[in-house]
Amino acid sequence: MSEALFSKKNMKLIKDPLNDDNPITVQVLGICSALAITVKVETAFVMAMSVLFVMIGANVIVSLLRKVIPSRIRIIVQLVIVASLVILVDQILKAFVYDVSKQLSVFVGLIITNCIIMGRLEAFALGNKPGVSFLDAVGNAFGYGLILIVVAVFRELFGSGTLTFPVIGKIEILTSLAENTGYQHNGLMILPPMALITVGIYIWIQRSRNKKLIENH
Amino acid sequence: MDVNSNKYTIGFSLIMVVIVALILAFTSESLKPMQKKNVELEKMQNILQSVGVSVSRDEAEANFNQFITEQIVLDLNGQKVEGDAFNIDVLKEYKSGGQKNFPIFVYENKGSRKFIIPLVGKGLWGPIWGYIALDEDKNTVAGASFDHKTETPGLGAEINQGWFQAPFVGKKVFDETGTYKSITVIKGGAKDSDLHGVDAISGGTITSNGVTEMLIRTLKVYEPFLKS
Repeated sequence: MSEALFSKKNMKLIKDPLNDDNPITVQVLGICSALAITVKVETAFVMAMSVLFVMIGANVIVSLLRKVIPSRIRIIVQLVIVASLVILVDQILKAFVYDVSKQLSVFVGLIITNCIIMGRLEAFALGNKPGVSFLDAVGNAFGYGLILIVVAVFRELFGSGTLTFPVIGKIEILTSLAENTGYQHNGLMILPPMALITVGIYIWIQRSRNKKLIENH
Repeated sequence: MDVNSNKYTIGFSLIMVVIVALILAFTSESLKPMQKKNVELEKMQNILQSVGVSVSRDEAEANFNQFITEQIVLDLNGQKVEGDAFNIDVLKEYKSGGQKNFPIFVYENKGSRKFIIPLVGKGLWGPIWGYIALDEDKNTVAGASFDHKTETPGLGAEINQGWFQAPFVGKKVFDETGTYKSITVIKGGAKDSDLHGVDAISGGTITSNGVTEMLIRTLKVYEPFLKS
């Protein structure tokens, strides 16, 4: 019997990665890109969207092909699919949002090596139907994007005093404070180590609030 | 069918490679004109930036065509030669042997002319580049804009900020006797009266030295033209 696409069980596929099973804070995957592109909210957002696109594409394609992919070369096949989708994204960004593509620079290419994507392909898409694989991709990409944007908001606000959103543009929040009162932007926030620390603080808060993640030792 | 047989595996990979290659080649070819346009518009923006004209990407082309009235190609002796100044890759010209061509852009607004010279050099981590604009006397700096690929944020990366670029205005390339001096980025700060020095970036010494080296080497090439 076929199951409704948005059944309770399937909704869990979307909800879990946002909190209980977050790819960055719980599974600790895809960390390196999270450190690199969270200086501005806009780049974090575009990166999240790019990963969403690649993830959905790769998960659905691999799921459709799961019965015809020879198991001996399945990792190579997955890599080729992911890599092609990433190149597509890169080319499209370069053509339509050139500024953003310049900021993302090499990190778009590095989506290929984002462990979240390969992880979901191996763990989920190879053994499930396209419909649920799609939901799984959406859930995990949102879980990834959520962390990127939260980290980027903190880093940009305290590092540069602004928040840059796509479409809306740059909102200056702490800049007048810096000009008038001698308040200094925290330059350290712009550097990669602070992304790691911000993610660490996020994990700390998440673990202290989410009972499922509290380990009994 | 046995999906794990050798024949099937080889067949599968062949078909996959062909399909993927077709898709990627098609996308790349169809998006290429737009990507090239973006790069050109950015270059126009940067050139205009050096004379203090800030325009958005969409307006860059119209402004460029309006204000940049002449694009000249110079050889090593400062003589004008035929060529497409806009599309010269300056970095290649410095590296290549033999006949070298260097572009210069003439900006004209309300009767005053400025000469814009493209610069390329090395920072700490990667390439730095920029444009420097000289007034009609071919000596006084009218403006400068720099950019970088991967300099350290907050340190070397500051070369693309206004506070670093603004002090270049009014500096001179030649001293009173006409000797070539270029402009030096000075660690610890330049004296106000120094016509050939500007403040360096604290903590960004190597990038700052890169800017100095870039200016000395580039302006030297243009010396015959600037003195004519």
